[in-house]
Amino acid sequence: MNRIIIDKDRCKGCGLCIEVCPKKVLCFDDDVVNALGYHPVKAKEGCIACGFCATVCPDVVFTIYKEEKGGK
Amino acid sequence: MEKILMKGNEALAEAAIRAGCQCFFGYPITPQSELPAYLAREMPKRGGVFLQAESEVAAINIVYGAAGAGARVMTSSSSPGISLKQEGISYLCGAELPCVIVNIMRGGPGLGDIQPAQSDYFQATRGGGHGDYRTIVLAPASVQELVDLVYDAFDLADMYRNPVLILGDGILGQMMEPVVFKERPARELPPKTWATTGKMGRQKPNVINSLYLDPVQLEEHNRKLQRKYQEIEEKEARWEILNGDDAEYFVVAYGICARIAHAAVEMARQEGIKVGLIRPITLWPYPKKAFEEVLSRAKAFLTVELSCGQMVEDVKLSVDGRAPVYFYGRTGGMVPTAEEIFREITKMRGHS
Amino acid sequence: MKLVFERPKSLQLTKTHYCPGCGHGTIHRLVAEVMDELNIKEKTIGVAPVGCAVLAYNYFDCDMQQAAHGRAPAVATGIKRALPDRVVFTYQGDGDLAAIGTAEIIHAAARSENITVVFVNNAIYGMTGGQMAPTTLIGQRTETSPYGRDPKLAGYPIRVCEMLATLDGPSFLARVELTDVKNINRAKSYLKKAFEIQLAGKGFSLVEILSPCPTNWGMRPVDAVDWVRKEMVKVFPPGVFKEPKEGNV
Ligand SMILES: Cc1ncc(C[n+]2csc(CCOP(=O)(O)OP(=O)(O)O)c2C)c(N)n1
Ligand code: SF4
Ligand code: SF4
Repeated sequence: MNRIIIDKDRCKGCGLCIEVCPKKVLCFDDDVVNALGYHPVKAKEGCIACGFCATVCPDVVFTIYKEEKGGK
Repeated sequence: MEKILMKGNEALAEAAIRAGCQCFFGYPITPQSELPAYLAREMPKRGGVFLQAESEVAAINIVYGAAGAGARVMTSSSSPGISLKQEGISYLCGAELPCVIVNIMRGGPGLGDIQPAQSDYFQATRGGGHGDYRTIVLAPASVQELVDLVYDAFDLADMYRNPVLILGDGILGQMMEPVVFKERPARELPPKTWATTGKMGRQKPNVINSLYLDPVQLEEHNRKLQRKYQEIEEKEARWEILNGDDAEYFVVAYGICARIAHAAVEMARQEGIKVGLIRPITLWPYPKKAFEEVLSRAKAFLTVELSCGQMVEDVKLSVDGRAPVYFYGRTGGMVPTAEEIFREITKMRGHS
Repeated sequence: MKLVFERPKSLQLTKTHYCPGCGHGTIHRLVAEVMDELNIKEKTIGVAPVGCAVLAYNYFDCDMQQAAHGRAPAVATGIKRALPDRVVFTYQGDGDLAAIGTAEIIHAAARSENITVVFVNNAIYGMTGGQMAPTTLIGQRTETSPYGRDPKLAGYPIRVCEMLATLDGPSFLARVELTDVKNINRAKSYLKKAFEIQLAGKGFSLVEILSPCPTNWGMRPVDAVDWVRKEMVKVFPPGVFKEPKEGNV
């Protein structure tokens, strides 16, 4: 499975990543208020590790790993 | 040692190169034009950088960049140009960057004229731009002293991480006098560990900055600057007293004006008037101690300036009401004769 | 697992003060990625003048100088002339670069000063709270053009790349919009090229990035990006305005 790590305390809730995700994996976590006072994004299953969210995120919130063939 | 006949502006330029000035940035203005012209010729031959900027504003900010990168750097201009440089000078002081700034003063206000003047005294000694800051101000009275003070200017700038102003005037810049470039042993100066040279493996980035958004920090920064200024006031004030040993009256004058005043003092001595001359060499820090030395016997002071009365305020502060202080000034590029000053000396004696 | 994306090393871990959805954050990251890829952060000095990015010295992991409003190209000139073998860049807003600092940018470009300029055009003064900028669009409402920018009163927006392209000095001039993945990647490739040109000693390079300021435009971040795409691009056409002749860089 691909891995998407979200540094929730950096997220400013701008929503750009949610908009750009082709698989609509991301949404705001309405149960959490982070250190900056925002509802940070959270990821559901189904990330294809395209890196689009990381490309548009102004706050460098994401770290993304892609599962390699053979599943290491 | 070899004596060379040189114009003030060119001697200043040569002294700067010999003092290790690596970069010069300026913008043309009379009456200092020989200085950049000399450096434009010499700097490329001697491994230095010369660049004519698009304005004095740009020039002083280029100085800021080069000083922040650790270079020995100088700029020069004359009064209207120095007004434009004030933004940069304030930033240089705030960020504590060393550099040498030459002001070959001319008549003002506004475009004024291109004749010699001393009407930028307030601007030079009170900071000049925004914020609580000071620049060290050196006021040579001869081409030789100009040369000697250039070396000191660069060293003082580096020692205190502060801009140093050399305040001359049109006469000094244009005057030809014999000078000797004395070889001096290099002074031990603090290493520029703060300079932004690229990290080059350093753990933390260096930052050149004058912004402190937190008022607590900005107050602390200002307190630190004030401590530095206090140290400079204690250690770096310079002056000369001529004919002072038995004097009861004192003329106070700096730069070229002091030379004319000295001639007037000699004339008064011929007439039996016991008068001496106090010549401040640093205008900031102001040499208050010079006045302490003579106040026990001084009956009055006469300040002579090429202005409508600026340094006279520092004389009054130094004398602090303990003797009368008189003023005589010519302005707009007019220069008093020794006879005029002599007459003022006799008036001073008459009053007291 | 293969790493697809991580924070560039040239960016410090500090949280930024930028508003949600502000283009500055993304542009910082792109500059930092380029510094990483070219392996130049140890010999780079950045210059951040007044503007929303004035605190950039807290964010980049390279030596930095803070500069007076508009003077970054002059300050960068001083650094580069003193240390010609280092990499020097400025990071300037449109008020900074195209109003108060117009003289400095034109002359740095004309001298072909071997520096790289990151020019963030958000059509407004961000830091001071949303006043009209030299790049504000005709009809755009700001604090100081409350009825919309009227060319009779306030003239027309300045196209910096086109203007500088009339000079012989600049080596590389390009404009790109910070709107989507494709264009953000293009912005990075322009930035990389700009730094490479500097490394090759080919002179002045500038990348103008059309960037959202959701706060002062009074828009949601997503709408602000849309406004860049639909409105800004009409006035500021993206493209490469100048580049070195074939065979180099
Ligand atoms: C000499 C001077 N004038 C005015 C200001 C106030 N000021 C600070 S930032 C700024 C404009 C910033 O706008 P821009 O350059 O477009 O950058 P942004 O904040 O939009 O990123 C102004 C006018 C200042 N700091 N110094
Ligand atoms: S783009 Fe970044 S800051 Fe904006 S919502 Fe997504 S993770 Fe948060
Ligand atoms: S005011 Fe505009 S430019 Fe400044 S940080 Fe906020 S969104 Fe960015």
